[in-house]
Amino acid sequence: MAKTLVQEFTKGLWAEIPPFRLVLGLCPTLGVTTSMKNGLGMGLATTFVLVFSNILVSLMRNLIPSKVRIACFIIIIATFVIVVELLMQAYAYALFQTLGVFIPLIVVNCIVLGRAEAFASKNGLLASTADGLGIGIGFSLSLAALGAVREIIGTGMFFGYSLFGPNYKPFTFMIQAPGAFVALGLMLCLMNLVGKK
Amino acid sequence: MGYFELIVSCIFVNNILLAQFLGNCPFLGTSKKMETAVGMAMAVVFVLVLAGVITWVTYTFLLVPFDLVYLRTLAFILVIASLVQFVEMFLKKSIPALYAGLGIFLPLITTNCAVLGVCIINVDKEFTFMQTLVSSFAYAVGFGLALILFAGVRERILLARVPRPLQDTSIGLVAAGLLSLTFFAFRGMV
Repeated sequence: MAKTLVQEFTKGLWAEIPPFRLVLGLCPTLGVTTSMKNGLGMGLATTFVLVFSNILVSLMRNLIPSKVRIACFIIIIATFVIVVELLMQAYAYALFQTLGVFIPLIVVNCIVLGRAEAFASKNGLLASTADGLGIGIGFSLSLAALGAVREIIGTGMFFGYSLFGPNYKPFTFMIQAPGAFVALGLMLCLMNLVGKK
Repeated sequence: MGYFELIVSCIFVNNILLAQFLGNCPFLGTSKKMETAVGMAMAVVFVLVLAGVITWVTYTFLLVPFDLVYLRTLAFILVIASLVQFVEMFLKKSIPALYAGLGIFLPLITTNCAVLGVCIINVDKEFTFMQTLVSSFAYAVGFGLALILFAGVRERILLARVPRPLQDTSIGLVAAGLLSLTFFAFRGMV
């Protein structure tokens, strides 16, 4: 049992890491990763929703009639999104403002609904928690990595520290909209190269 | 801001797909064939205008007077989900020809974040009713325009020889980046 729990957790970190292996949840991936801090913040907010919605869906999976399950899942997810919104307004208002519309949009993030439907509605409490946590952390790491790449190349800075000295001319393309698509596309290509046996 | 500026800004400068990054899952998912792209674009225009108007009414006349603004996300997603269901049933019964065209794309729209995103942007910017109507329509047209252009690009990519690790989604994203770069030229127009 312990081994399978670990497996449920670790599969989110590499084998099924979103958004690279499961190409879902692209909008926040592209929209907020202008810096590592934003990417990580978005990832953690999503993880919170993912874990708690997985827990609740798993607990209620025998009570929810299968015909209206999607609607029930969406209500559960929306509830936790509101909790995150209120928490961030109270404790991390600056980050909340930077992430803007993407926080309420966690509710339509395909990863969250996808895990509720594909995993939590069929598995027990512990497995679902491990699954939510694993996928959530995988997602956070991906966003942080993408954010770090774009921040370093696009501004020459990393967490406010200048990396390449004063003569570096920032390649601002990377922190603007088109750079997001290109950076993600190239990272996906890199993942394919590394993951190929 | 006049209506003309609003329209140009929503279609080109702040294009929902390429500048605001909303609705990217269907953007990559339905752009492999021109037919599905056109179907999706039509369905989004149809639903987005209705959803924009109805969520604005819900927000202004229900959530604000009763001091329930913090329930916005929940209320909007429920309104959109039931709206999509309702539109689907209505079309099936009354306009079967249109239903045949849009049918399979309608359920997908519930989880299209462009729809919820535009509804939230509208109330965030405190638009009036007419501004909401115009901006919802313009955003939807921008979505359709970008999607159809991108489908054309992807149909050409299919014919090209792409290195293996870059295939499919990867090269699609890079192409989307170039398309986004062309839309960048509209900056400064408004």
